[in-house]
Amino acid sequence: MTYEQLLTELVEDNEFLYIMTAENRAHIRQLPQKIGGKFIDVGIAEQTMIGMAAGLALQGNTVITHALASFLTMRSFEFIRTDVGIAELPVCIVGFIPGILSEANGPTHQSLEDIGLMRLIPSMNIFSPMDEEELINGMTHIVNSKNPWYIRYSNQPSKIQHKPFEIGKAEEIGEGNDIVIFSHGFLCNEALEVASQLERNGFSSKVVNMRTLRPFDEEVIIRTILDADVICIIEDHFSTGALFTIISEIIALRGLSATLLPFNLRTWHKSGLLKDVMQYETMTAEYITQKIMASLQ
Amino acid sequence: MIEQEYNNLISVALRVRESIIRMSGNGGCFIGASLSCADIIVYLYAKYLEVSHENINNPNRDFLFLSKGHDVPALYATLAEFRFIEKERLSHHLHINDNIYWHPNTSIPGIEFHSGSLGHLLSVAMGVAYDCLMKKQDNRIVVIMGDGELNEGSVWEGLLVASALKLHNMIIIVDRNKFQANMRTEELIPLEPLENKFVAFGWNVQRIDGHDFFAIGDALKICDEHRGTPHVIIADTIRGKGVPSIEERADRWFCNFTNNDIDSLIQELYGNESKQLDSSIFHVR
Repeated sequence: MTYEQLLTELVEDNEFLYIMTAENRAHIRQLPQKIGGKFIDVGIAEQTMIGMAAGLALQGNTVITHALASFLTMRSFEFIRTDVGIAELPVCIVGFIPGILSEANGPTHQSLEDIGLMRLIPSMNIFSPMDEEELINGMTHIVNSKNPWYIRYSNQPSKIQHKPFEIGKAEEIGEGNDIVIFSHGFLCNEALEVASQLERNGFSSKVVNMRTLRPFDEEVIIRTILDADVICIIEDHFSTGALFTIISEIIALRGLSATLLPFNLRTWHKSGLLKDVMQYETMTAEYITQKIMASLQ
Repeated sequence: MIEQEYNNLISVALRVRESIIRMSGNGGCFIGASLSCADIIVYLYAKYLEVSHENINNPNRDFLFLSKGHDVPALYATLAEFRFIEKERLSHHLHINDNIYWHPNTSIPGIEFHSGSLGHLLSVAMGVAYDCLMKKQDNRIVVIMGDGELNEGSVWEGLLVASALKLHNMIIIVDRNKFQANMRTEELIPLEPLENKFVAFGWNVQRIDGHDFFAIGDALKICDEHRGTPHVIIADTIRGKGVPSIEERADRWFCNFTNNDIDSLIQELYGNESKQLDSSIFHVR
């Protein structure tokens, strides 16, 4: 099933569901023909889309909105905060090409602060799926939750069989405890490669795919910190505001101590094709594995 | 409209203005803009909107969205007149244990959505309007906006989209009091010719005297009869209307009057001579 097929089914099953876009139809191109007036394209008008979504939600509907993540979370930030956030309305804000998935578009299109911004809105929940299968598994739960959600869109083909989805529960992949690699979104694939390279070098490790960054799985984070020698955090986000911050806050609040190795971005990334960006910004499994092993010596 | 109805509107509007003046002490309020839109809001609840304190959750009701939220004293006072809230509650203005504060919020029965940040409720109202049309309901969705609010880009974005979506069940009423904060609109960001701008964006435009109940009624009737495009009524008004000593004064935007001044203003409202006001003046620019 594709994301578009899922949305078609959700609208067919739920008369109180609208799909909106601010002129970005890349992943939902067939929807207008399939769902008619339940699909609203407002043009390049992110603020108006979010305001309208709040109005539709006031009428008892759930609304799934789409645009490029950078424009959606930043151009319309105050509308998300004030109209969706204060009223705690069931609006899903789906950001396309988040993080380094913007590839060669340049810094205008890089949403490297989106999770941080959304975390600042008290009622906002955040889902960062690893791949298309997880996106689809999660969306049904999210739509049914009737809460505000930010979804960092990822539709990479799935490389693993996922465990059942539950809001606020991380997915632990692997058994090892020496090195634990936290990640979210498509970089979980890189995290899995890091884990297998570490295994080949004789270290036990596991990957924690956070899935939702609010609510987040505090139990897994605390248990892992207590058990692991090294905590590695891989995310295509600025160092402030997302998973590295979440884990740091837990360590500070709970009085824990841990060796943290964060792999994230301190400023806008070099623009280019994805594999080249990964190399340039040292986000590849090879580089991360070397850094982790160096830290253990 | 028969004479008795007209006289009743005049009386309600006077009482609403008195309540607004009473809210302008002990912390104060945005009195000028509240007085300019008072006649419009009173007319809407008395004669136009199909909504009452008995059906505030009826899906078939008409909606009012106050997009320029700082004139909310006019709405609080009108909601009290039409029994959405107890009149006694107006005396709780700015009390920490109630929610009658400087901008609207939905804990007040009859207030459909919070506002305060300008340029938001046009798009929120568009969502409601779209859903009503999809459900083939004939609700009318009225949005009151300020003329200063028209500086916001989100307003013009929304105007374009509402026109594209043919939201003919929407009516914007612009309270054209020709001031924004402590400035005249035409001295800061000129808006005129304003009708032409809305026409160019595909809206059906009327321009009226916003203190003339007959003109307000006629304009709304035209909105109901004209289908195909959304509607805007530019209502020319006087900031501070009803109290000559603060009418059209750039420096009487947000006012926090002394009890003596409030007494004087109420006397003035009911036809007595204006008096010298002692209260200090607030400037934001």
